[in-house]
Amino acid sequence: MLLATYALWRRDIVRFLRQRSRIAGALGTPVVFWILLGSGVGRSFTVGTLGVPAGGYLEYFYPGTLALILLFTAIFSTISVIEDRHEGFLQGVLVAPAPRLAIVLGKVLGGTTLALLQAAVFLLLAPLANTPIPVAALPLLVLVLAVFAFALTGLGFALAWLLDSTQGFHAIMNLVLFPMWFLSGAVFPSSGSAGWVQFVMSVNPMTYGVSAIRTILTDSGPSGIMSVIGPLSFITVFGLMTLGGATWVVYARSPR
Amino acid sequence: MSSEQRGLAITGLNHYYGDRRALCDISFSIEPATITALLGPNGSGKTTLFQIVTTLLPTNPGHVSVFGHDVVREANAARRSIGVVFQSPALDERLTVTENLRTHGQLYGLRGTQLISRIRATLGLVTLDGRAGDLVGTLSGGLRRRVEIAKALLPQPRLLILDEPSTGLDPGARRELWKHLQRLRDSLGTTVLLTTHLMNEAADSDTVAVLHEGQMVARGTPRELVAEVGGDVILVTARDVETLARDIRTRFDQPVDIVDGRVRIERNEGRAFISELVDAFDDRIDSVNFGKPTLEDVFLHYTGHRWN
Repeated sequence: MLLATYALWRRDIVRFLRQRSRIAGALGTPVVFWILLGSGVGRSFTVGTLGVPAGGYLEYFYPGTLALILLFTAIFSTISVIEDRHEGFLQGVLVAPAPRLAIVLGKVLGGTTLALLQAAVFLLLAPLANTPIPVAALPLLVLVLAVFAFALTGLGFALAWLLDSTQGFHAIMNLVLFPMWFLSGAVFPSSGSAGWVQFVMSVNPMTYGVSAIRTILTDSGPSGIMSVIGPLSFITVFGLMTLGGATWVVYARSPR
Repeated sequence: MSSEQRGLAITGLNHYYGDRRALCDISFSIEPATITALLGPNGSGKTTLFQIVTTLLPTNPGHVSVFGHDVVREANAARRSIGVVFQSPALDERLTVTENLRTHGQLYGLRGTQLISRIRATLGLVTLDGRAGDLVGTLSGGLRRRVEIAKALLPQPRLLILDEPSTGLDPGARRELWKHLQRLRDSLGTTVLLTTHLMNEAADSDTVAVLHEGQMVARGTPRELVAEVGGDVILVTARDVETLARDIRTRFDQPVDIVDGRVRIERNEGRAFISELVDAFDDRIDSVNFGKPTLEDVFLHYTGHRWN
């Protein structure tokens, strides 16, 4: 079980390192977004209102960009499920005597690892956003990022398994995943939004991931750590649900 | 014989794609340590049958067991006994030959020095030693085929399923592969089920099974099947094949086919019939060919299709 997971995890890492363009896609795009949007909006939002911090929008948008990096990496690494199916590789995996959960875990942990690596690179830019790197709370931040990335990759896996084409996956990304990110507090805070938007944001799992990241980055003291427990539990449950969902679709759409 | 003693046992197997019935009530079993060639025209159900046996498609309804393990209820136990070479490629082009084999071996629970020595031995077998570090994406079609075969052999499966393994191999590599399959059968008792488009491979198999429109229409040793067709095969070339065929049919009350622009006749006492034929249609016949039936004739007899 562990060996099979390791085999597929390792494959994903090796493939990633051999495809440099993917790094540009998953890390570069969010960073460009962050710089352009962060600097562009600049101080159009008055400091103090709408929850915009002293560092301006560049600072507000920073945790959301971290979440976007996790989301993009999750999407790029699970889209390969569709490619694997078309290239025949998946068929070879499915005839192997590996538990289906091990197959899902290999892929999901691969995506999680890659997301963490890219998030770590972006974390080095934190001081530019008037955000000191929370050294003491770093283990907690890594845990939150890992659980969040795991949940998003699991979601991506389940969606990719159900879709026949990469075009279909792009459509889902634009129609579902991207709006989920928009309505997660990544781009604007929920206070001040229309009522229905506030409601959607409160049930959107991504909101809790973004909120946990933001809390650690702004308050790495004991009170901050305490207030992370709630959102962290939420995204942990979400992660287990997406893992369960992904494993279930593998069983349901192919015999045991 | 209990199902454990059978390599592969299939009973009452059907498969539907929507309304189309791809497999109709297939039942047969394969003895361990034998090589079985499954023949059939395109669309006869060979690939569907392989996908069910390898647990990729459900059995509905019907039962399939591999060395006593039901492919649905005990899927993982069945999978452990099976090695597959698909007709379509199943390699990761961005990984090297060794990396592909290592990933695959680990999925079968192989590890450490055992995995390394198996990989080395298997690569030697398909004479790919020199290419172990090459990315699969840079290999030619024939070399990739050998990697596929190495991948299937790696876990030393008890049942080896090969869909057109010879495709893309040069004659030398084909002979090597075939010799190796026979060695596996004789030394490890490996059971082999394969499809082939090569006559000599089918003739060298222990058992031949013919699938046509989802039904098993013939099964036996190559010798038995050839004997079942029986008689002699007469092939006649002529300027006007159509008319000649019709006239032979009416005059001798004899079934006649046209194959490859030649009149084809299957009957006993072929030698005597030829002189009757030549007497009757001397001016219309260009040449007459006389022979004993081969597996090609068996295939034609049961499927109405030419081999290939």
